[in-house]
Amino acid sequence: MADLHFLANPARFRRFSQRVLPALSIVTALALAIGLYWGLVVAPPDYQQGDTVRIMFLHVPTASLAMGGYLLLAALGASLLVWRHPLAALMARATAPVGATYAAVCLITGSLWGRPMWGTYWVWDARLTSFLLLFFLYLGHIALSRAYDDSERGDRAAAILAIVGAINVPIIKFSVDWWNTLHQPASIMRMGGPSIDPSLLWPLFWMMGALALLFVTLVLLRTETEIDRRRLEIAENQD
Amino acid sequence: MTIALLEVSGLSCRRGGRRVFDALSFTLNAGELLALTGRNGSGKTTLLRALALLVPADKGSIRWRGQDVSDDREGWRGELAWLGHLEGLKGDLTVAENIAVAQRLRGQAEAADLDIALTAFGLAKLAQRPVRTLSAGQRRRAALARVAASRATTWLLDEPLNALDAAAREALQTALAAHLAAGGLAIAATHAPLAGARVLDMS
Amino acid sequence: MTGFTALFLRDLRLVWRRPGDVAVVLAFFVVATVLFPLGIGPETNLLARIAAGILWCAALFASLLSLDRLFASDYEDGSLDLLLLAPWPLELAALAKCAAHWVVTGLPLAVLAPFLGVAFGLDDRSLMVLALTLLVGTPTLSLIGGLAAALTLGARRGGALLALLALPLCVPTLIFGASAIEATATGESFVVHLAILGALALVSLATLPWAIAAALRQAGE
Repeated sequence: MADLHFLANPARFRRFSQRVLPALSIVTALALAIGLYWGLVVAPPDYQQGDTVRIMFLHVPTASLAMGGYLLLAALGASLLVWRHPLAALMARATAPVGATYAAVCLITGSLWGRPMWGTYWVWDARLTSFLLLFFLYLGHIALSRAYDDSERGDRAAAILAIVGAINVPIIKFSVDWWNTLHQPASIMRMGGPSIDPSLLWPLFWMMGALALLFVTLVLLRTETEIDRRRLEIAENQD
Repeated sequence: MTIALLEVSGLSCRRGGRRVFDALSFTLNAGELLALTGRNGSGKTTLLRALALLVPADKGSIRWRGQDVSDDREGWRGELAWLGHLEGLKGDLTVAENIAVAQRLRGQAEAADLDIALTAFGLAKLAQRPVRTLSAGQRRRAALARVAASRATTWLLDEPLNALDAAAREALQTALAAHLAAGGLAIAATHAPLAGARVLDMS
Repeated sequence: MTGFTALFLRDLRLVWRRPGDVAVVLAFFVVATVLFPLGIGPETNLLARIAAGILWCAALFASLLSLDRLFASDYEDGSLDLLLLAPWPLELAALAKCAAHWVVTGLPLAVLAPFLGVAFGLDDRSLMVLALTLLVGTPTLSLIGGLAAALTLGARRGGALLALLALPLCVPTLIFGASAIEATATGESFVVHLAILGALALVSLATLPWAIAAALRQAGE
């Protein structure tokens, strides 16, 4: 008994994304190319940190976007649990790996930055540690949503986890900061605030936008894939 | 015309994008027994779980005494006694303890009906035995005794005749008859025929 | 409240019928803790310095280890349906189950830990703080673990997945539990740490029963 009413919303989404995606991909690629050129070639090296400061153009935006991505996961989880919106589940499935990748990029660039700054690839810096834990939260979400034979159960379990996780992110951040000041009082990496030079700030903003576009593009693309996969699953269940 | 005690109208349920049942309607009055029949996978268990609000229905309504049951979920749960395909018995507790705990979980303080129910299902001698030492049929009887001792108005039974011998089937029929005579109602998913039941074929 | 008490007492009675399950968890706690001096070396100063972290981590693992059966046995024998159908809030049922779990693991861990602390050369005051922090912190661990246990009902790779979900969420409790003992060792006050641990426990108590109930409901679907 074929029943594709379930996919009415996803189908509408698919029509929308197929219209938007080609243009969006081109814009994203252009924005990334401009941002990288601006950040890696045009922007002046920092008077203290030299060229290593350019890692910031990847590190800082991926950090904010990984954080924002988790909030998005929680929002999608809430809309699945409250309104039983089938698209929210598929989009959450698409978002989690992208967010996890951003968190991973943030960690890798952070540790690459740490090498010239601290002389080692890893220190238990408050920011790095928080993002390591955020990365684990993402991994938990991905593992849980794919741990069930019945995908819809995985969707709902992961939705609950995302909401609880999002409430916990600030608590974890607070506790890690506390722990960090307790054990190593001076944090070396200071970002943001008025200390950053405008010649570095503008390419940073640009990269933030470009990477946000990339995030959206990847999520849309992956959501399409998830819709197709769920369709296949349903088709298999029919027989 | 009076309102039916239980009124189900247009109930539909979907699992994993597959329609399990669609636009199901029936009414049930005090003293009535409804037997759900149909081949395996026709949605009997899902319907029972939907009636108990364990599984959300996509469309339709379930009314109890004219009130939508989702307005007062706890009140509706208080009307229900449940026998699933799993018995819901703790292996390390005795038969009597299992039933007493289930009664208290339902908010009943007194265990007065316990002995009557145990005797009705021939469990008087087994009352102090841990459930893990019982056979499949004996467990099924213990779970039925729990239903009988629950004082709920509505019994939801999933394959109640499974694993029961002739004597136990007889005991179930007697208990059902007494429950219905007292103004209760029951819905049972079953393959074997139940005496006095109205039949709803799900296939 | 009859339902809450009945469920709480039922779970305690079930543990009482099989005391081995609790004994194994406590034995794990002791053995895991004892392994550290063997791996690190018997230097007293070093051991006293890291004792807080080791004892807290071991308590965390021990508490998680016992959690994967918290709802799984009810799920497997059908008792979960009876809880879902009980005519009182499922949130209370979740709380009753976590409370019973705490009584049979968190509480004994808090009692046992000071004795192990002696072997690590902790002073009397630190031993007292160790017991206090575990007393205040383990309810949070039971609740977080309870959520992870409820979320992984019927999942493939349940046990390892449970740990992956619960451990990041347990980090704040771990940090404040261990740092309270360290603060005591350096002569500072532990009251702030303990107060934050208490606050974490209260926040968990006020939010997690709802999340656990939601997870149990979707496991019953």
